[in-house]
Amino acid sequence: MVSIKPRLTWRDLASEAIAGLFTRPVRTALTVLGTVLGIGALVATLGVSKTAGNRIVGRFDELAATQVSVEPVANGLFGGGPSEEQQQRQGAVLPWNVEDRLLRLNGVVAAGALADANVGSSLVRSTPIHDPLGQTEFQMRTVAATPGLLGALRGTLVTGRWFDEGHSDRADRTVVLGAGAARRLNITRVDNQPAIYIGDDIFTVIGILADVRREADLLNAVILPSGTAQERYGDLAPSKVVIETEIGAAQLIASQAAVALNPNNPDALRVGAPPDPRTTRRKVEGDVNSLFLVLGLVSLVVGAIGIANVTLVTVLERTGEIGLRRALGAARRHIALQFLVESTAMGLAGGIIGASAGTLIVVAVSASRDWTPVLDAWVPFASPFVGAIVGLVAGLYPSLRAARMEPVDALRAGT
Amino acid sequence: MKAARGNAGAGAGAVEPVHPVVELRGVGKVFDSEPPVVALDGVNFIVNLGDYVSVVGPSGSGKSTLLNIVGCLDRHSSGTFLLDGIDIATLKDGQRAAVRGQRIGFVFQSFHLLAHRTVEENVMLAELYRRGDRKGRRERAEASLRKVGLESRLGFKPSRLSGGERQRVAMARALVASPSLLLCDEPTGNLDSKNTEALLDLFDELRADGLTIIVITHDEAVSRRAQRRVRIVDGILTEDDLTVATAASAATSSAAGSSGTTPTSGGGSW
Repeated sequence: MVSIKPRLTWRDLASEAIAGLFTRPVRTALTVLGTVLGIGALVATLGVSKTAGNRIVGRFDELAATQVSVEPVANGLFGGGPSEEQQQRQGAVLPWNVEDRLLRLNGVVAAGALADANVGSSLVRSTPIHDPLGQTEFQMRTVAATPGLLGALRGTLVTGRWFDEGHSDRADRTVVLGAGAARRLNITRVDNQPAIYIGDDIFTVIGILADVRREADLLNAVILPSGTAQERYGDLAPSKVVIETEIGAAQLIASQAAVALNPNNPDALRVGAPPDPRTTRRKVEGDVNSLFLVLGLVSLVVGAIGIANVTLVTVLERTGEIGLRRALGAARRHIALQFLVESTAMGLAGGIIGASAGTLIVVAVSASRDWTPVLDAWVPFASPFVGAIVGLVAGLYPSLRAARMEPVDALRAGT
Repeated sequence: MKAARGNAGAGAGAVEPVHPVVELRGVGKVFDSEPPVVALDGVNFIVNLGDYVSVVGPSGSGKSTLLNIVGCLDRHSSGTFLLDGIDIATLKDGQRAAVRGQRIGFVFQSFHLLAHRTVEENVMLAELYRRGDRKGRRERAEASLRKVGLESRLGFKPSRLSGGERQRVAMARALVASPSLLLCDEPTGNLDSKNTEALLDLFDELRADGLTIIVITHDEAVSRRAQRRVRIVDGILTEDDLTVATAASAATSSAAGSSGTTPTSGGGSW
């Protein structure tokens, strides 16, 4: 038997496929666009979420890495007032002069203590008038704080000032209002020395908090100097000490704070360690990813359907060419391979362009927000392969259909 | 009915052994339709090396079916078909494709040129699926185009060519791979008389070079130029006229008869 085996070199196959693609360049470009959008959306999603996650977590990291909190072991979280027994115990473990004790430690930027003042059932009001149409008296949280607390919370003021040691030592009847509390009490300025009542006691408002980066509950509270609170509402011990450290010093300060605050019984204090930033990062990325990845995948599927459709139409249009190639000696697999290579090449091109476009989007978004763009290195490099696989899968059916054509039928149909 | 004859080329002074390129013995083709259509019925047909045969017949008589089977584009339903001694029925689909690529050149009525490729690329396409040297493919295409007088049209797209030129490109494509058999399906169907004449002159030259040619045609003028003429009606071969060229081939045909390689008799044979 004579050796009869058809053959087609990969080089010839590639050049034929490329020539086939450039037969109708506009159509090819529009077909590739589907994959470009899909891959571009995927890359941009992964990049933007990573960048945003990194940014958000960076902020969390910065806050978390510079915060140490100290509480009595038995103390609960903020919320209802401490019991008498607890207060006695707290009095035993946390002092009020935290600034003196902690600012001596190298690495402490600011420190302050706070405690809920026991004002009983006293309501807070701003003016002694009775307004039958509106609420003028409120149940508000009343907090005793040390002068250093504002710095420890990274707080800012809308207007006025924060109290100092003098206010506390003299037990001046002054308060600072949280932004929410001030709004409820209709106090917007302090230059006219507005007053509020806590029960029957009158206090001068000397400042309004704009924002705090920690202990956000204070924005709805009335804040008194610790000395004032102790004089008016009895013995009171801090329920929490907040320490702002330099970046990188948190762990060191955490190990020293308990001894500095209570040298006799440091074990009675619980020192808050910074939370694990990796968990937060994963959660943020996960939230952003899951939404946009679905969109990207949908785009990719649409792109694949586009390639499949166009390849199928191309097969039908090129029936005569298929017949000719079969007459010239092409085996079925050569026909299938040619269309497969064409669809794969379209997917590959879409993957390359999409990866480039997606990366540019990540850079552009980051630049517009003044963020550092973050993108896993494997994403842009894997994208062309993903595109190629999409093209390959999309081209399977049309290619098999082309290969199944009988040469006689194809020649006749293509006449 | 007459017995089939072959010859080794007109004008050959010496007697040469006859080598059958195409051998059909009792070949039938039935299309599975309702009712089944018998396109070829017990066809015995032998074409020897160097033969120039025209196949004539009315529309639907089975001419194209015969050409498709001889060109390995379609499978026969019964009988035996040997091409260059190879029993085509035993070949798989891919092997039949290889036989087409390596041994057969096709010329179609509608040219079947790729519109977006140049003339040269269209011709080079014929060598794409052959086992051969990739090097020199361009040179061979140019030589083939030179043979049909189109060396000045290498970079042209088919749309810029006349009908006659397109058919010449198709001829160049069919010839570039040096086939042992040239199959032409109504090659002059879309040509004017001048281009038809030029194409027939080319056939004469090719025949003189020893190429085996089978031409399917409606055109009496075209069929008369062939060395042998076969008529097919309702799937049965009914006639085999020898043209003027037979005078020269008579000696060879008698030699062929003695060599025992040309056969047969019976219904639909000669």
